[in-house]
Amino acid sequence: MFGKLSWDAIPLGEPIIMYTLAVVGLIGLTGVGAITYKGKWTYLWKEWFTTVDHKRIGVMYIIVALVMLLRGFADALMMRTQQAMASDGSPGYLPPEHYDQIFTAHGVIMIFFMAMPFVVGLMNIVVPLQIGARDVAYPFLNSVSFWLFVAGALLVNLSLGVGEFARTGWVAYPPLSGIGYSPGVGVDYYIWSLQISGIGTLLTGLNFFVTILKMRTTGMTLFRMPVFTWTVLCTSILILAAFPILTATLFMLSLDRYLGMHFFTNEMGGNPMMYINLIWAWGHPEVYILILPAFGIFSEVASTFSRKRLFGYYSLVWATIVITVLSFIVWVHHFFTMGAGPNVNAFFGIMTMIIAVPTGVKIFTWLFTMYRGRVRFETPMLWTVGFIVTFSIGGMTGVLLAVPGADFLLHNSLFLIAHFHNVITGGAVFGYLCGLTYWFPKAFGFKLYDPLGRVAFWCWLTGFYFAFMPSYFLGFMGMTRRLNHFDVPQWRPFLLLEMLGVLIILCGVACQVMQLVVSIRKRHENRDHTGDPWDGRTLEWATASPPPFYNFAEQPTVDGIDAYWGMKERGVKTLVEADFRKIHMPCNTSLGVVIGVLSTVLGFALVWHIWWLVIVSLLATVATLIVRSYDQNTEYYVTAEEVERVETERRQLMAEA
Amino acid sequence: MSHVVLNETAHQQEQGYEDAGSLSLFGFWVYLMTDCILFATLFATYAVLGQAVAGGPGGADLFELPYVLVETFLLLFSSITYGYAMLANHRRDKRRVLQWLGMTFVLGLGFIGMEINEFHHLIAEGHGPQRSAFLTGFFTLVGTHGLHVLIGLVWMAVLMIQVQQRGLCCVNSTRLSCLSLFWHFLDIVWICVFTVVYVFGVI
Amino acid sequence: MTSESQVHSSAGASQSSPKAYNVGFLLAALLTLIPFGLAMYPSLPRSMTFLLVLACALVQIVVHVVFFLHLTTAREQRWNLVALVFTVVIILLLVGLSLWIMYYVHYNMLGL
Repeated sequence: MFGKLSWDAIPLGEPIIMYTLAVVGLIGLTGVGAITYKGKWTYLWKEWFTTVDHKRIGVMYIIVALVMLLRGFADALMMRTQQAMASDGSPGYLPPEHYDQIFTAHGVIMIFFMAMPFVVGLMNIVVPLQIGARDVAYPFLNSVSFWLFVAGALLVNLSLGVGEFARTGWVAYPPLSGIGYSPGVGVDYYIWSLQISGIGTLLTGLNFFVTILKMRTTGMTLFRMPVFTWTVLCTSILILAAFPILTATLFMLSLDRYLGMHFFTNEMGGNPMMYINLIWAWGHPEVYILILPAFGIFSEVASTFSRKRLFGYYSLVWATIVITVLSFIVWVHHFFTMGAGPNVNAFFGIMTMIIAVPTGVKIFTWLFTMYRGRVRFETPMLWTVGFIVTFSIGGMTGVLLAVPGADFLLHNSLFLIAHFHNVITGGAVFGYLCGLTYWFPKAFGFKLYDPLGRVAFWCWLTGFYFAFMPSYFLGFMGMTRRLNHFDVPQWRPFLLLEMLGVLIILCGVACQVMQLVVSIRKRHENRDHTGDPWDGRTLEWATASPPPFYNFAEQPTVDGIDAYWGMKERGVKTLVEADFRKIHMPCNTSLGVVIGVLSTVLGFALVWHIWWLVIVSLLATVATLIVRSYDQNTEYYVTAEEVERVETERRQLMAEA
Repeated sequence: MSHVVLNETAHQQEQGYEDAGSLSLFGFWVYLMTDCILFATLFATYAVLGQAVAGGPGGADLFELPYVLVETFLLLFSSITYGYAMLANHRRDKRRVLQWLGMTFVLGLGFIGMEINEFHHLIAEGHGPQRSAFLTGFFTLVGTHGLHVLIGLVWMAVLMIQVQQRGLCCVNSTRLSCLSLFWHFLDIVWICVFTVVYVFGVI
Repeated sequence: MTSESQVHSSAGASQSSPKAYNVGFLLAALLTLIPFGLAMYPSLPRSMTFLLVLACALVQIVVHVVFFLHLTTAREQRWNLVALVFTVVIILLLVGLSLWIMYYVHYNMLGL
């Protein structure tokens, strides 16, 4: 009746997990209780859960991403603590079976459930505004994408309390991830959470690709788009081309595990190397999916806070396009050591070195943007400068690793770990936190409390260097990754330094949490009625903060790069219309939530082999889609009077400010 | 404070919504491109595992080309019957649309029936997907295509009911166009399947 | 919303006619019979058969794209064509490079 599920699935014998569950349960209950006490369920349901508004969906993505950041970071703290303790015969406090799940979960959560939703959230909030559009091309699919992501995140979190997670590392190589060596449910949780959220991501890529190509406002040709929109366009192309590979590969792994097939098994002709080949054919574009929007964010910030037009707009755009194409011909550098041989390795090594060139070009364009600009070191600019230094180091170590001969020594050592954390943390995460600070006032109408933001930045920056620079040395000294315990006393001082680093980052994270609380408390004092707190250059700053749900009462006409700056130079502070017209908008819908819930149930049922529930939830999902197809009330008109009322109200607030 | 000059964008907004159909169609086309890449991954895997018969039978031993030829023509015929359905759609001829769609459905069902029969035979004789990596690849590649056809048939059935109920209104017409893209795309994938799997498997 | 507006499908269906479908069908049928015939009644050297079959498949795909999907170089369909070309490039890279890599991975196992 319940497949493999039984009460044994709850890890009562693991105190660490039980305490974690208790704390999470407490926080959850407090949250639910607070919302009930304030009677906000209806509001949440109508205005947030069932929304198809890209701005709200974006905010929800980021909220979940930040929560998952806490979990992924907790995993990091646990790993660092274990490694600081477990030397010279001491086993530390985490047995290998548990430790392996932690480093797997850390990678999976940080990449799929922190970084991806963070960047998708920012894309959602900003891109339609930057191109002068009212919403994305497929608002319903946008909602579905979000709830599918939530379903995936739920499954990963469920694995903590019911069952276990994979112990294979975040890319889950077979044969270890096959049914023979991972007979438990961990890898199944991994597979289904990624498959479900992966569909959401693919739909997002589709949505933004079509939105950017087809819904730009009048006069905004491709080469007048902001650089962030360009990077999102290229990211969408990467998502569209790469995620089907992940879907197919995980599908094949699941066929091996569930039906005893032989794609990646050791026996009967299976070929585990094919998994590794395919997963990295996806995996490399994936890291560019993470970094390109960050590059876009830094481009916007560098230009805005240097009070100067971005240097080398065309170079930046072409560099982005080149990176998009090249990212499909470098993937073997993730497995140079696994037997492809000198010719194959040489080709991919050279390609990897070449792909560093357009990124280098970008670093220079940002520097030249700042050069002779009137630089204001607001917090987003701090993140940008921190990024330029940190990411450059990470990128250079990447070029070093691109040499197959060097990689043979450094593959899977802590040098590699240092490199990718260097570029992902120093590149992507810094970028998203920068974007969060930059666009927060647009989304909510008040700035984040700055002093705490600055402290947080310095903690992140210092903490990062302490936490990861020693790893470069440890890599050269021979320490490999994913070690539960070790016996080389020379390594210990470095690991203690890294422990210190992680604690400093913890201070940074704590500051950011406090910053949110304080900012919300002080929001009335810090209210921004201009819609343009940073003296921005692109169209999103021409709207109110937060923008009205329809974004623009009338879509503006654009005649150059930095559309809003051009308007400001002509004396237009904000778009003001005298003649209001009705606006066509999509309706909210509960079906996104429904599909999310059904997907969670489906994933859970698949993990635990509850076959009747699999069939029921699949049929229910199909039925939901059919029901949706019958719905003829998916759009409505906002009356001209309503538009006029909203716009007049805004103008009054601006006049008072 | 200067005002932005009122321009054509308001009118274009309304035009934008008339083009909701073409927006759907373009988006669906892009989705089909991603489906192509999904199939490409399965094809690549099949190619790599194609010789790994684990001491068991290979393609030349198992495939019956005349049978596959019939399957192929069923699918090809269903492509033009769908084409005729689309022509009837442009003429706003609801009756003919339903007739041609019905034909397409029957032909598609025939294809699926033949494929299920083929799979059943192979499994019954011990040549199931668990027998070897080659058979794993075969069943998955061909089966995934069959699954897509099955989904297409479900979609077709629902759409036929909706056309019957609501006629060839804007939304139904767009959906017919999307399904048309899907159906022809499946036939294109089948060309690759019968070439790479069956014909190459035998020669 | 307008109810009688012609759907301007990006697949250019408004340009289609029975003739396009019929010609397409005949070509496709022919391009199907040839490879099956060559496989069922082998009469040419193996490599030639292989190339001919491959050629028939590629041409038939083009036939489907032109006659059934009505994809042309027309301006309204520019992005459809770009998307298709890009996808084909990605597929060629993915499949081609994968086969190259896996061949050498296998070769370097020295027959084990």
